[in-house]
Formats: sequence, C-alpha cells, structure tokens
Amino acid sequence: MTPRAVTSQVLTFPVRHLWLAALMALSLTIAALSATMARAEIDITEVTSPGGISAWLVEDHSIPFMALELRFRGGTSLDTPEKRGATYLMTGLLEEGAGEMRAQDYARALEGLAAGFSYDATKDVVSISAEMLSENRAEAAELLRQTLTEPRFDQDALDRVRAQVLVGLRSDEKDPNTIAGLAFAEMAFGDHPYGTDGKGTAETVTTLTRQDMFDAHEAIFARDRLFVSAVGDITPEELGVLLDDLLGALPETGAPMPGPIDPQIAGGTTIVDFDTPQSVALFGQVGIKRDDPDFFAAYVLNQILGGGSFESRLMTEVREKRGLTYGAYSYLVPRDLAATYMGSFASANDKMAEAVEVVRKEWTKIATEGVTEAELADAKTYLTGAYPLRFKGNSQIASILVAMQMDDLGLDYVKTRNAKVEAVTLEEANRVAARIYDPEGLHFTIVGRPEGLDTSN
Amino acid sequence: MTFGISLPEITAVMTAAAVTRRSLSASLALAVALGLGISANPLWADQSGTVIAPETAIEAVSTPDEPQDELQDPVSTFTLENGMQVVVVEDHRAPVVQHMVWYRVGSADEVAGKGGIAHFLEHLMFKGTDTLAPGELSAVVARNGGQDNAFTSYDYTAYFQRVAADRLELMMRMESDRMRNLRLSEEEVATERQVILEERNQRTDNDPSALFREQMRAMQYLNHRYGQPIIGWRHEMEGLTREDALNFYKLHYAPNNAILVVTGDVEPDAVLKLAETYYGVIPANPDLPEVRSRSAEPPQTAARRITYSDPRVAQPYVQRSYLAPERNPGEQEEAAALFLLAQLLGGGNTSYLANALQFDQQVAVFTGAYYGGTSLDPNTFDFVVVPAEGVTLEEAEAAMDQSFAQFLEDGVDEDQLARIKLQLRASEIYERDDVDRIGNRYGRALTSGLTVEDVQDWNRVLQSITGDEIIAVARSVLRPEVSVTGYLTRKEEEATQ
Repeated sequence: MTPRAVTSQVLTFPVRHLWLAALMALSLTIAALSATMARAEIDITEVTSPGGISAWLVEDHSIPFMALELRFRGGTSLDTPEKRGATYLMTGLLEEGAGEMRAQDYARALEGLAAGFSYDATKDVVSISAEMLSENRAEAAELLRQTLTEPRFDQDALDRVRAQVLVGLRSDEKDPNTIAGLAFAEMAFGDHPYGTDGKGTAETVTTLTRQDMFDAHEAIFARDRLFVSAVGDITPEELGVLLDDLLGALPETGAPMPGPIDPQIAGGTTIVDFDTPQSVALFGQVGIKRDDPDFFAAYVLNQILGGGSFESRLMTEVREKRGLTYGAYSYLVPRDLAATYMGSFASANDKMAEAVEVVRKEWTKIATEGVTEAELADAKTYLTGAYPLRFKGNSQIASILVAMQMDDLGLDYVKTRNAKVEAVTLEEANRVAARIYDPEGLHFTIVGRPEGLDTSN
Repeated sequence: MTFGISLPEITAVMTAAAVTRRSLSASLALAVALGLGISANPLWADQSGTVIAPETAIEAVSTPDEPQDELQDPVSTFTLENGMQVVVVEDHRAPVVQHMVWYRVGSADEVAGKGGIAHFLEHLMFKGTDTLAPGELSAVVARNGGQDNAFTSYDYTAYFQRVAADRLELMMRMESDRMRNLRLSEEEVATERQVILEERNQRTDNDPSALFREQMRAMQYLNHRYGQPIIGWRHEMEGLTREDALNFYKLHYAPNNAILVVTGDVEPDAVLKLAETYYGVIPANPDLPEVRSRSAEPPQTAARRITYSDPRVAQPYVQRSYLAPERNPGEQEEAAALFLLAQLLGGGNTSYLANALQFDQQVAVFTGAYYGGTSLDPNTFDFVVVPAEGVTLEEAEAAMDQSFAQFLEDGVDEDQLARIKLQLRASEIYERDDVDRIGNRYGRALTSGLTVEDVQDWNRVLQSITGDEIIAVARSVLRPEVSVTGYLTRKEEEATQ
C-alpha cells in the first residue's frame, strides 16, 4: 500500500578478467542451506562468493535473463543536516555517466545492451535493481560495476539533475499528500533524518557540490551494509564470480548509521491550510517493530482494520457504508530506526470531519473490543493465500529475498511465514490489539480546508 | 514519501516514455512528480495498488513469430460459440492465475448526457446478484487468498482476480454470474455515487495537472467522446441513476461483447472447458450493435490554444497534442511509425528533444513525447516541455517547434533507431517474466478493434519501419491544424503576463 518511490536506470560494458573469474569459481562455496516454499516452490540457495560476498539465489533457467537486487542500508538517513538530499541526488546521478562515458554515451551503452538498471533512495536504503539478458550478462554486469564504482558526477550532469530535483521539491510544496507526509514526519521525528524530506530542501540541494556527491557515494556504498539477491538464469558459480567482479572493489565500511528515535506522536489534529476541494488526511500513532514478538498479531490485526482489501473495517465503514472516500487504509511502518502505525484517506472538505470521526471510532473499537473469530479467520486465509501471489516474477522475488535478509528472517522464512500467520490466536490478537492501538495517541494531520475541524491537541 | 505518487500516474508516464521496462529515471520521476500523465489512465474501482498496470510501453512486444529463441509461444486463443473470445497465456513457474473479463465498452460508448456511466457501472458490478450478496464476490476472493479489482477506460472495462490456480473455477462461476445477473438497490447506487465523486475529487479536482489534461482533451476532440473524461463531468455524475446503470449493463454486458483472458499456471484446454461451462451457456445478446457507433471527428482545420491557470501549480509547463491515427486491423504501419517517433523524440537522455533542449540549449528540465496507439478511434501524439528556470512557456514552445522542425530536416539517427528496435526485441524475453502483462496487452488490443493476429504481428511491423517512413508519418500527422497547445500556469503569474 505505501507508495514506493522508484528511481531507475540502465547500464552496459565489456568483459574483463574472464580467466580470473573461472579460477575463482573453483573456490566458490555454496551454503547447502536451502528452503522451499510450499506453494510457489521457491528454492533459495545461499551463495558465498570466493571474495566473501553472500547472496540469496533462486535459480530459474526458463527465461534467459536474471534479476539482481542490491541494497545498501542507511539510505538518505546518512545525510548530515546541512547536506540533506545528497544521497538522493547522488543516486539520481548514477545513471548520468560512469567510467569514460558521459551521460548520453552512457545511456546509449545501456540501451545497446537492453539491460535495465533502476535505482531507489529511501530513508533506510539505497537500492539498485538490475535486469540483464543472459546473452550479454558479462557486459551488463561490467557496466553496472562502472556505474557503482566509477561514478563521474560531472558538474553539468549535477546541475541538470539538481534542477529536476528542485522542480520536484517545488511541486511537492503544492501536493497535499506530500505536505501531509512532511508535516507528520516533522512532528514525529523533529531533527532526526526521518523528520525531513530525503530529497532535501531547496536550500540544501542548491548548495550541494560535486564533492558532496563523492562523499555521499563513499558513505553508503560499502560491504558492511550490503544485501544481495539474484533470481533467474544464472548458476551459483556464475553468480559468485559476478559478485566479486561487481562488488569486490567496494570498501569494507561506510559512514556510521544514525541512531534510532522514539517517535513523538501525541493525540489530536493538525490542520494545514490548503485551498483544494478535497482534504487529505494522514493519521498515525507509535508503531511496532518488525522483530517484536507481537508483530505477526499486529500484522493480522491491521489486515482486519485497514489492510487494503475491500473487506477491511475502514473500507467498509468509510467507503462502502457512507461513501465518504474513495479509499481508506492503514499500514504498519516498521522502519530501521523507528516504528509507526499510519493510515490515510481523502474526503471532500465538507465530509472530512465525519470521516475522521468514523476512523477514530474504529480505532477505539478495535482497541477495546478487539476482533472476532470470523474476522481473524478471514484475515488469515487472505494473508496466507495472498503470500504466494507476491512471488510473481524474477525481479519481485529478488526484491522480497533481499528484504528478508535485511529483516534477518532466515532462509526458511518463506516456508514458515504462513504458519506464523496461522498461529495467531484470537486471544493473542485481542491482547495485542489492546496493547498497540492507542486512540488517545492517534494524531490526524489534515491538509485542505475541512469544515468543522481545527488544530487541537 | 519520496515521490508521493500514485500508481496510475506512474503508469501514465511509463506508458509513453519508456521502451525499456521500468525506466523511471530521475527525469521520469520528475515527470511523475509533476503529474505529467499524458495518456488516459484507466480508472480503478479501488486504489489499492496491487493490480496490473497497463503499459503501452510494452505494447511493442508480441509473441515472436520468428523462432529466434527457444521459448515456446505461451499464448492460445479460442472463440466460444456465443462469440466470447478466450485468450490463455501460460506460465507454470508459480501456481497462480489471473482471471480477467474484458468488455468492449468504455466511456466513449456512452450516450451524451450520461458521462461516467461506464465507470459508475464498473463500481456497481461489485454489488450483488441473485446468488451473491453485495460485496460477496470480493469477500469470497479475499477468503480464497485472492485479490480482485476492475478498471475502465475509453474503449474497455475489465474485471479481474489474482488467485491460486486451483481456484479458477470459482472465479469463473462468480464472474459469469455477474455478467447477466446484477441486482442493484437505490441505496447502494446512492452511496456508490458518493464514492465516485470522491474518486473524481482525488483523481482530478485535487490535481491541477489532471484538470489541465481534461481541458486539453476536451479541446482536442470536436465531436468524439474521447474528449469527455472517463470518470465523467461532476454535474453529470451527480445525475447518474440506477436506471442508467442497468440500461448500460443490459446492452453491453454479454458474452458476444466480452473477452476472457486467463494467464498463469493453467492448461489452455482446461481453461476452454471451464469457459464453455460457465460463459459458454450465456446466450449472446442479439441487440448488441454490430458496430460500436460513435460520433466521429470531422476534419480538424484550426490549431487551438488553451491556458489553464491554478494557484496549486508549482511548475508551469507546455503540452502539445495532435490528433493521430491509431492501430488498425491489418494496417499498423502508420501507428508503428508514430510509436517509434515518440521514442526517438522523447525516450530519455538519448532522445532528440532531450539532446536539443536539455543538453544542448538547456532551456528545459524535462522533455517528453508520447503516443497511445491502441484505441478504437484516433488517438493523440503529445509533446511536453518543462522549461528551465528563467525560460518562459513561449520560449519553451518555440524551442520545441524549432527542434522538431530540425528533426524533420536531419532525419532519423539510424543508430538510435537500431537501439530502440533492439530493446523492443529484448522486451519479448523480459515480458515472459510477467504473463499478466501479455494478457493485458491482448485484452486492450482486442477491445480496441484489433485481432489476435495484429497483436502477434505488432513487433514485426515495428521492426520493419524505416527512418524515412517515420519522417514521412511525422510530416503528415503532426500538422498544426489538428493540434492543441496548452499552457499550464500558476494563477498569480497569469496577472503579470
């Protein structure tokens, strides 16, 4: 449900060290750990390259390409306050030239390989997603290596992309969803990186220099925060060689990680005045960490409350019964450094007050009364049935595998996950509902001109 | 939080800009942030973004007729006796199926005064039938671990479920039931009308770029209903009734107006058997018009200009649209040339406009060219230029015109054309990873007047087009008298101009 931002690109170049690669393949170690997902039959192998880089692999030779997913922990939260936006801009510049190639030569090289490289910079990670055809995989990997380890950050490219980022920031200032998101984040996280826009501000982005790009690059692209997965037409041996070629030159360590923060969210309502016919509401409270023993119960509870299907309580009450919105959702946001529990909807200015009231009532109801046996059963069937649907293609699977590594879930997680959902009892769910839902601590940030609502605490 | 964008907006930009899959680069992300969606997005019954995203970008890919690789053609097609078409696309890697029914009816098939009824009906189709209580279909899908949704466009309305492969029969039983047995109460209709009005708020009225696009299209079409918004104008939506919905339903929802598209872990013969059991028994509707009758465009003889101003506009830009021919059965050459033209002019950093306006003259922060060729009737070819700081919209427009004229004079860069064609060939490999997209491509084409053969022929036609043909089509199609030029400006700025 939470919109994912994706920046992306593509890359290419010639092969090197073929003989070396062959030698190294001999010493490749393949962990014999393997897991099978009951329904989707996903066989995951843990591969460790000769150079010591580990990755999760799902081998599937039915289509001649592979998806490779690299993630570097830290994301835009590594930016210092005066350099906010550096990681985001740096990530956007990766596709603007590498090695000997300036931006357009680089783009032509990438097109010539029909590979796809895409990039993303969020609060917690910078991710690089690549798709490479088997027929020119070595060249594509070499282009990716240059992209990652031989960036140019040409001044003209920096200025060109900076101008695009600045236009984006200006547009955000007029976008009610973004306004709401930033206002809520600032309230909850203050000066912490989570409290500011990962894209930076007009002030910080304007002053970023070429050196800042190299610094941001050095801060994040290191082996101590790297997670890798690959899915598709590649063997463990081939992958080990590829990983060493691609990532072997990365430094061992990067910048220190920022510390965790306790979100400061008090109950109440904040109105941000904005002249538009439909108000946007973002609401939230303190959340629950991914490694909390109650996380699965909370996850199932959220499915019942606002998990995104037509059947959720929020959809039923706010949309289906009253027609107050096009959609109302809630979602757990367990990030690396803080956990929140958020939700959102949009309603015409003259209906927002009623919609807020309905959501508040639902929040109180689930906290005090919990859920029913039937709701719990339905949520479980949905969640366990929908899980295999996520394993839809090479890139999606690669993305899931790398997220599992970052959450420290273990190779067998795909096999055990549904059992964990099934194991949530009604008693447990209702104990956890009483624990996590905090109607008094639920804050609404509303952007628009909602009738009958004022800022209050 | 990074880009704060919704799925349909991404789709719109992707639709036009990218030949490679998922090429959402910094500049494309910017286009998204600006809401520079060009082609019409289908409207969704629900906004949970887990659904298929139609992308014309992969339009170019079809099942290969040259055995250039060892991949077996995964597509099978049939026609039931009652006229319902069936398309099956196999992928046995995961035990999952997507079941879709596409109707050859969209907002452009509405009668004047009832704008938005196609989309409104799509929402109402999730209410009950004789045997299903209101909302029960979605609830049953969810209880089976599946996901369901629907979408409406100018030429089609489609319903789908994604679910474990062994639940296909249950999906067919329910979907075939609502093809003929919809039951609606006045109360349901009244509440759902409020939902679509909120949808219009969210999708259009809260977004100045969307309001601008709506005005552009209304100006582009003099007589055809492509000029009316899919979701409808607010004042007409407010007047849509249960009667309107049921009349529309009775006429258009029938097997001889529908296409079944099943993709995933299924055997074609088994699908056909199930289809005969559930859909094959529904009689064809004899009242269905032979030809989808729509008011056609007269010759367009005057260049038009509009300015839309809104205080919520953060970044002004200029857009130009031209009425352009669409893909037609057995005659896809002109559309193929236009598709390639859009890639040459606006397909990222290596494109002609980017090179001229962003790299060379540096008068723009973003440029794009878009063509949506899969439609029943003539579509549009669009340019967008977002000016650099200190550059006026007039200057940006002049630079765009000058650059396009220069392109016609220079002719096509053959290396660039070759790279585009290479990527189109490669996309045949990549798209095997997502058979749902192949299914969507068939659904969209078959509801847009094309045949299975046209879909399978499309990449071959694209590969056959020469640079000279592209220039010739550009000259003949992109004429001022069929164009609309639009400025999106910030309201305060208008007073000073």
